Amino acid sequence: MDAIILQILNGLDKGSAYALIALGLTLIFGTLGVVNFAHGALFMIGAFCAVTVQRLLTLSYETVDPTRTDFLGNPMKVKTPYIESWFGPEVGASIIEWSVPLAILFAIPVMLLIGYAMERGLIKHFYKRPHADQILVTFGLAIVLQELIKHYYGANPIQTPAPDAFRGSFDFGQLLGFDPNVIIYPYWRLVYFGFAAIIIAAVFSFLQFTTFGMVVRAGMADRETVGLLGIDIDKRFTIMFGLAAAVAGLAGVMYAPINAPNYHMGMDFLVLSFVVVVVGGMGSLPGAVLAGFLLGILESFASMNEVKTILPGIDQIIIYLVAIVVLLTRPRGLMGRKGVMEE
Amino acid sequence: MFGLDKKDTTLLIIVALLVFLAPFLLNPFPADSAMAQFNAGYPDLMQRFVIFGIFAIGFNILFGLTGYLSFGHAAFLGVGSYAAVWMFKLLTMNVIPAIVLAVIVGGLFAALIGYITLRRSGIYFSILTLAFAQMMFAIAYSDLIGRFVGTSITNGETGLQLTLNDPRILGESATPDGSIPLTNLFGWDMRSTYQMDVGAWLFQFNFGYYFCAVVMLIAFFLSIRIFRSPFGLMLRAVKSNQQRMNYTGLNIRPYTLTAFIISGMYAGLAGGLMASMDPLAGAERMQWTASGEVVLMTILGGAGTLIGPVLGAGFIKYFENIFSKINEATLHQWFSFLPDGLETFVVWVAEHFVGSGWHLTLGILFMLVVIFLPGGLVEGGQKIGGLFSRRKQADEKSKATKTEPAE
Repeated sequence: MDAIILQILNGLDKGSAYALIALGLTLIFGTLGVVNFAHGALFMIGAFCAVTVQRLLTLSYETVDPTRTDFLGNPMKVKTPYIESWFGPEVGASIIEWSVPLAILFAIPVMLLIGYAMERGLIKHFYKRPHADQILVTFGLAIVLQELIKHYYGANPIQTPAPDAFRGSFDFGQLLGFDPNVIIYPYWRLVYFGFAAIIIAAVFSFLQFTTFGMVVRAGMADRETVGLLGIDIDKRFTIMFGLAAAVAGLAGVMYAPINAPNYHMGMDFLVLSFVVVVVGGMGSLPGAVLAGFLLGILESFASMNEVKTILPGIDQIIIYLVAIVVLLTRPRGLMGRKGVMEE
Repeated sequence: MFGLDKKDTTLLIIVALLVFLAPFLLNPFPADSAMAQFNAGYPDLMQRFVIFGIFAIGFNILFGLTGYLSFGHAAFLGVGSYAAVWMFKLLTMNVIPAIVLAVIVGGLFAALIGYITLRRSGIYFSILTLAFAQMMFAIAYSDLIGRFVGTSITNGETGLQLTLNDPRILGESATPDGSIPLTNLFGWDMRSTYQMDVGAWLFQFNFGYYFCAVVMLIAFFLSIRIFRSPFGLMLRAVKSNQQRMNYTGLNIRPYTLTAFIISGMYAGLAGGLMASMDPLAGAERMQWTASGEVVLMTILGGAGTLIGPVLGAGFIKYFENIFSKINEATLHQWFSFLPDGLETFVVWVAEHFVGSGWHLTLGILFMLVVIFLPGGLVEGGQKIGGLFSRRKQADEKSKATKTEPAE
């Protein structure tokens, strides 16, 4: 029993990432009818926003400390971040420590801007082109973004630690009446799950309860009619693209402490997120979220040692296997609607 | 000739001439001159030209004719390589059984994956093939099947290599002088190269290259036959309007599946040849970047045209080779005529695109081609030709060969 709960918890954080990326993919697909192969790159750029903020905050100047010497006997050079000299050592250090949560504030405008620029600059010209062209051009863009990040940040993963307050683990088992230290769960993963839940709820309520969301939903159902009613639907869809980019970016920022960002993390997640979208049902927002969590949890079950001894390596291919089964039995996906992507 | 009409025969002969004379044509600069780095007439690169040409020709049979955009074709190339290396390990160093097995294995995998993925079309199909390729990459990279059966099948990250302990039933485990035997065709060594000095020029004639070239010509000939056959016509009909095909009562699945298997066999053939030239196989050949590369080759050359994929493959492999060789020092040398500050800036900009930045160039090229030249180099050539001769014919022809995907 405790093992099952532990695996469900372990699956939640990866599932959250899948759900957030798949949500953005579905938003873009549902509004603009474009499959965005560059969406994984947006997730990766989000993670590198966290890296950037961390680097900006730790920008330092060097001073010579005459009281101490290094191992060669020369006066030691001490690096002091500017932040610490402006706000005092304690406040400065804690600002640096909280760089990942602070990166959220940085990432939101950056990602909205990137999404806006992408849609206006590139994807806009591809609405009337065949789907194959849309896939290809976003695929090319994904390569370009990935290589640029690799060029400036290097090929190695960059550690971006979470704040000290979240570094420990939470003894979940004790809460449920199990022995201590049976079900422990890192705080940051709990934060990630909560964060993802908030974003998903926010996106859904934005679409459900605001006038803007209502118009967007109407546009998803019938773009032409909404246009004929005198609403500039293209503009709203552009904003939705920016929003989807921001969702992917935020998913990336918060994921940085869980998995040190590297330049190809986007593509790794993208392929799985596509599978998530296919399993959930193309064009269905609740389907994307549901399938994201389901597959994340399933993956963590498959990586249990008990399972691995029977079927070695199953954890790496379980998602694909599930996708195949779902596709053969329910071609429309778990919650796919009729008429969406039905050739 | 060979059941081709006059135009296709001319095309085949031109391609044959270009391929056979490649050691001369690709070596226009003297060996010691500064321009020698632009020479491409050395065996390794020429082999890559024709092997990737085969890969792209096969991909074009699927994408160019049916419009189904597969994003996982490198997987078939990968399994082809593994199959061929296993043949070298177990049976003999002769390349024929290895290549035959590579083709069969490529076809089998294509049949299996095609059977599942071809249930959907359009975006779904692309995503599914991508997912399958990633799955196969994961399996090969961590040698999952090997862990399952107990012995190593793909040898994980290191890749599959020949060793001195391999059985090689019909051959020898090791040569008398204690090294691993070389791949050959009935005794003719794939690596044997005849070098010809003509003045300052050095031309290299490699047996492996000519073997690949002959295979490529056969593959090219077969693709022309497929393009001109009733089967090819049916595939084009799938591309232009699938719904109408369904309404006329035709089941298109067998046709698309056959096209998928054929292109998988071409990919397996390319993988087998690659292993024959250099007997090792690694999982990185199956990664999504490799699949993307063959898509780019086909698009760049011109999807749905006969010669396009070959041109695209040659173009990309040539520039990959040139661009990756350039480094910062070369750039400084080139731009040394500029004023100092400007030189630093130009080199700084150019540096992004050369050396390990080649993939960036590739990505940008990819986008530019898709945005501005959807018909590829062939269409570009026709447009330029049309500008000069002002004939309507060229224009109409470019329309006829334009690619529309399956909806």
